[in-house]
Amino acid sequence: MKKGLNAVMSELHGMAERGGIVTSEVKIGNASSALIQKGNADLLLALEPVEALRSLDKVGPNTTAIVNSAPIIPFTVSLGISSYPEVSQITTELKDKIVNLFVLDGLDLARKAGDLITLNVVMLGAAAAIPGFPVGKELLLASMKETLPASTIEVNCAAFESGYETILAEMQRE
Amino acid sequence: MKVEEILTRGEGEKLFLLGNEAAVRGALEAGVSIASTYPGTPSSEIGNVLSRIAKEAGIYFEFSSNEKVALEVSAAAAASGLRSFVFMKCVGLNVAADSFMSTIYEGIRAGMVVLVADDPSMYSSQNEQDDRLYARVSGSPLLEPSDPQEVKDLVKFGFELSERFKLPVLVRTTTRVSHMRGVVELGKIKQGKAKSTFERNPSQFVVLPANARRLHHELIQKLKEIEEFASDCELNRIIDKGGDSGIITSGSSLNYVMDILDEHEIPAKVLKLTLSYPFPEKLVAKFLDLVKQVAIVEEVEPVMEREVLSLIGKCGMKNRLHGKLDGAFPRAFEYTPDIVRECLSKSFDLDLPERETVKSNIPLPSRPPVLCPGCPHRATYYSLREAVKNLGIKNVIYPTDIGCYTLGAAPPYEMADYLLSMGSSVGTACGFARATDQKVVSFIGDSTFFHAGIPGLINAVHNKDRIVLVILDNRTTAMTGEQPHPGVPIDGMGDVAPEVSIEGVVTGVGVGFTKVIDPFNLRKAREAFTEALQYDGVAVLIAKHPCAQITARERRRKGIHIVFDIDQDKCSRCMVCVRDFACPAIYVAKDGSVHIDSLLCVGCGVCRQVCPENAIEVSK
Repeated sequence: MKKGLNAVMSELHGMAERGGIVTSEVKIGNASSALIQKGNADLLLALEPVEALRSLDKVGPNTTAIVNSAPIIPFTVSLGISSYPEVSQITTELKDKIVNLFVLDGLDLARKAGDLITLNVVMLGAAAAIPGFPVGKELLLASMKETLPASTIEVNCAAFESGYETILAEMQRE
Repeated sequence: MKVEEILTRGEGEKLFLLGNEAAVRGALEAGVSIASTYPGTPSSEIGNVLSRIAKEAGIYFEFSSNEKVALEVSAAAAASGLRSFVFMKCVGLNVAADSFMSTIYEGIRAGMVVLVADDPSMYSSQNEQDDRLYARVSGSPLLEPSDPQEVKDLVKFGFELSERFKLPVLVRTTTRVSHMRGVVELGKIKQGKAKSTFERNPSQFVVLPANARRLHHELIQKLKEIEEFASDCELNRIIDKGGDSGIITSGSSLNYVMDILDEHEIPAKVLKLTLSYPFPEKLVAKFLDLVKQVAIVEEVEPVMEREVLSLIGKCGMKNRLHGKLDGAFPRAFEYTPDIVRECLSKSFDLDLPERETVKSNIPLPSRPPVLCPGCPHRATYYSLREAVKNLGIKNVIYPTDIGCYTLGAAPPYEMADYLLSMGSSVGTACGFARATDQKVVSFIGDSTFFHAGIPGLINAVHNKDRIVLVILDNRTTAMTGEQPHPGVPIDGMGDVAPEVSIEGVVTGVGVGFTKVIDPFNLRKAREAFTEALQYDGVAVLIAKHPCAQITARERRRKGIHIVFDIDQDKCSRCMVCVRDFACPAIYVAKDGSVHIDSLLCVGCGVCRQVCPENAIEVSK
């Protein structure tokens, strides 16, 4: 909005606190519906590796994906009614299927930034480093400073930077 | 964005609002005086926002004890001359329907908007009912917004429409509209009157049959006038992109249609119906004249499709019609852009290919929602199951109810056998006790008990049924986001309020066995259950302990960081804590050892009581 762009978003409410699956879809620019068609996503931000696989139907040849490699094991695994694949197997599969893929240990970056809860901000920082991401780093940081409680700004900015730098370094290596 | 900005931002400013937040702003711009609801997803955030800002906005807001009461509060306000706003989820209107039907006959003195949030695909509802049919059953005008901007504008317009025709107006959203976020341009907020005076007029407001007969005639006349209005109203408009194919659509389906038409540059004419009941036949007939073939794009029930079909028959038109009835569109569940692309492709014989997508063959673990770590319901289920096992009772029937505790249906507890609707656990318990010789143990939450559980309990007492009713009192309406209810000492505006005692209600209606237990004391809870299970009559156990979300927040606020850990030397890997107690903070590592996830543990300590090896201790 600050850049004068239109945006629409679809949210799911209520499942996160109870350990369920939560997905949000965002379209920036001219769009009526907030739902993304199959194979049509420009960017997939997965905060959990298995959930990245679960979202593959929205991924196409032009999708960039950023995946946090730290798993959250669903309780059904402990109960013995489902099994969680090896993380290495997941990342191999993702590499195989997604051309523009970045895998990072977002949870570790969040921990280093000072609070595990900032994982989402690490991922936002990572997204901002992708060429073509419609909102620049400075504007995102300024908006965060405007809306976040004062006591959490420092840790959130650190989290954002760590995600941003990680992807930037990765891209330079390539 | 802060919630308060929904109130404080001025005319012409823009906010990135959820559909439900936009509904609040629309009501404020209309100068609403009174708002009421019973929380229910996907409409819950409307009440959450109002409870934060109502005082500041100078309006009255309440979480009523159920949707029927909420509707009655708003109806009386509108009959008194104050603009009122009542909102609920789809099935909430079933609860409110009895009074809703009469409000349409009687009409109002000031605007009244009834917002219902339907839930196609049933993300959080027990059925997929299409409340557009309620407009038809009751004779209420119907508005269908497509996005947050329209939600705001139509809630506001709904009050004007309501006053113009002296009828309550139904605004119907769906999950995808209520939970869609979009840019909303704000209008000016109007301050409503705080009080009015009710002027009696029994011939209008008392639906004795003699009055009702006359009122029904008047309603039919009003509907004819509104139909004329709807045919000329700019809310119902034709978007002409050429060609001789037509699409009639409403609500969120419009968004999918527009995105697909734009992306594939398909020539078509779109009729967007926003004031969609009374069905604007004149406008639709005009539209049908412009096109050869027409597709009706609407979710859930073929409501508009049947209207169009009857219009085609009535006018002897020759349009080819595609929709749900000819199988071109799916009969159930919400639509998506992909579904609309595929079905338009089929209907109009177009070639709109699916984009290349990616598939994985790795089997994925299921991730269903579960009871939270530290949830008191888990402890209740655990002790009850122990008591049932110890007494050797077989074939217990567990009628359950609507709330987080319905998750007790999942393994390992699987204590949910029958569920119909809010409050049904008690009435159905009476039926099972009559129809079988099995033991009946019902579950109901605190908020649900106040909502619709009490009449069932009175029935059980009066008819001498033998049932055990477990009231899971976690001191909040947890499932929908922790709204207060009559059993807590705070009201919808955040003010101190009388706390209605569940125990008082239960003993007051004559229940012979009533006990209040703390489910976190497993031994005492088990003993109480053992007693209740052997009681000859109606036994009520009130398992009282605050919701884990509340206690977790308290801990954060007080800076308490106690979590538990498993002493690997003591642990025998018996799996009681994992398989029988099933707290999601406890997990089995790849090597088979059992651990507690310090991020998930909320330090309730109940697992210590279930561990036969005393291996669980405070983490250092």
